[in-house]
Amino acid sequence: MKKFIAIMLVALAAVSAFASGSSEQSATVATDGSTSMEKVILSLAEQYMIDNPGVNVTYNPTGSGTGITAALEGRCDIGLSSRALKDSEIESGLKQTIVALDGIAIIVNADNPVSDLSIDQIAGLFNGSIKNWNEVGGADAPVVAIGREAGSGTRDGFESITGTEDACVYSQELTSTGAVITAVSQNPGAIGYASLASNLDQVKTLTVEGVQPTEDTVKSGEYKIQRPFVFATKADAPLSDAAQKFFDYCVSADAASIIAGAGAVPTAE
Amino acid sequence: MNLRQFLAEKGYKDNPRRLAEDLIHLVFLVLGLVAVGSVLVITIYLVVSGLPAIIKIGPVEFLFGTRWASTAAEPEFGILPFILTSIYGTAGAIIIGVPIGFFAAVYLAKIAPKKVRDAMELCIGVLAGIPSVVYGLVGMTILVPGIRILFGVPDGATLLAAIVVLAVMILPSVINVSLTALQAVPREYEEASLALGATSTETYFRVTVPAAKSGIFTAIVLGIGRAIGEAMAIMMVAGNVANMPSIFRSVRFLTTAVASEMSYSSGLQREALFSIALVLFLFIMLINAVLNMLKTGGKNK
Repeated sequence: MKKFIAIMLVALAAVSAFASGSSEQSATVATDGSTSMEKVILSLAEQYMIDNPGVNVTYNPTGSGTGITAALEGRCDIGLSSRALKDSEIESGLKQTIVALDGIAIIVNADNPVSDLSIDQIAGLFNGSIKNWNEVGGADAPVVAIGREAGSGTRDGFESITGTEDACVYSQELTSTGAVITAVSQNPGAIGYASLASNLDQVKTLTVEGVQPTEDTVKSGEYKIQRPFVFATKADAPLSDAAQKFFDYCVSADAASIIAGAGAVPTAE
Repeated sequence: MNLRQFLAEKGYKDNPRRLAEDLIHLVFLVLGLVAVGSVLVITIYLVVSGLPAIIKIGPVEFLFGTRWASTAAEPEFGILPFILTSIYGTAGAIIIGVPIGFFAAVYLAKIAPKKVRDAMELCIGVLAGIPSVVYGLVGMTILVPGIRILFGVPDGATLLAAIVVLAVMILPSVINVSLTALQAVPREYEEASLALGATSTETYFRVTVPAAKSGIFTAIVLGIGRAIGEAMAIMMVAGNVANMPSIFRSVRFLTTAVASEMSYSSGLQREALFSIALVLFLFIMLINAVLNMLKTGGKNK
């Protein structure tokens, strides 16, 4: 019973400390946008909220376009976009800051003799215009395109970079990177895509236009199948104090390991 | 009214055991209501969250549309491919699984020597206990490449793979329920038949099986229920592309349509997934109702 009372007192003290803490410096940083950036932004927010009690970072998964509009209209502090801002968006008064890069590896079965493809060839293999591997220098085998489910950030990224939005003819739509890798490893005619951060030992990773996908080639821009993770903020109006601090944290070297842990390539040195 | 009056009025004062008895009944009633309450909550929730999207999309386009492209620039939400896949997949599993399960049950109930029966029942028990994700995993690593090589198709993740997995998954419930029904047939029926000169095989199929008919129907209900509601295992072997069903094509079931897109869905897409769940729910209700009718019809004969 004594123990119980002690626990209750500690809990009460903790609650009151938390309550008073939040009343002292309660601040909210609202982010809104890309669903592909969910893992990165939530990891950053989680660590930031642990380090800075009293600050609340919110994330609204709406999509890049909506996030950019929300930032422009001041409905959120930071708009999240998984594509570079268009010129028209920058002219309308937004500033873009690239916080991370996302590389997508093109994978085939380990027995597939093909080791390099151009982006056009990759698009053709996925949209059904190339039906046999011998058209791209491989064996005489049917192409089996394996992708992710609708709504997946990796699928969205891959399709937008290769220009195959809504045009891919998939044989399988799987719900995780691991399932894609397993399926590709079992079918000699398979081709798939997976985040560069995943374990790709079971399959063969292709070079794209002669460039091996690595953290360095993604960072230098040589590897083409990549996209930036962008923070869109208003160019003329300053961020709120709390939002600016969170922003600075995200682009600092401290955040790099967290971004890497979430599967993206950090840009900060 | 105070407690003492209440106790006296109800006659509990003279009979404390009745009080205990009634209290226990009350507890059991509450426990029974947990199931009833869950059904009500789920039904209401599904209807409330599933109907708006059906109305927005239009019931005809939703139910009979043949194209599902939930994240396209101009999204389309036609679930006919999922409905047909679920029907074909379940029918296929029943066509393969029920005869195997039924004859296995007849063999176990009537013909098998005791040792064989014990061993087989143990295996069936294990089969029933295997989690569906394991069926999926084995299907993915053995069945899918197997179908690709055996039938020479580019990819083995097809409707056929899903049907085979489902057929195996429904075996334990079909066998166990049929077995119980067959064993419950009074011994006198069979003895009478044998005494009239029928062979034992004639007796089993002309006397025992008709007498156990309602139990065997129940077994089929359970099999259909399990097959149409299964998601995890078939998600791993069916390929999940929203094609119209065909035996060697990658297909998506009603269950996997909900499960595969739920995690990243938003807006109308998410609402439409709830609508799919509602359709699935109605399907299961319908199938149960039809088979229940068959069952009572069988009893009245």
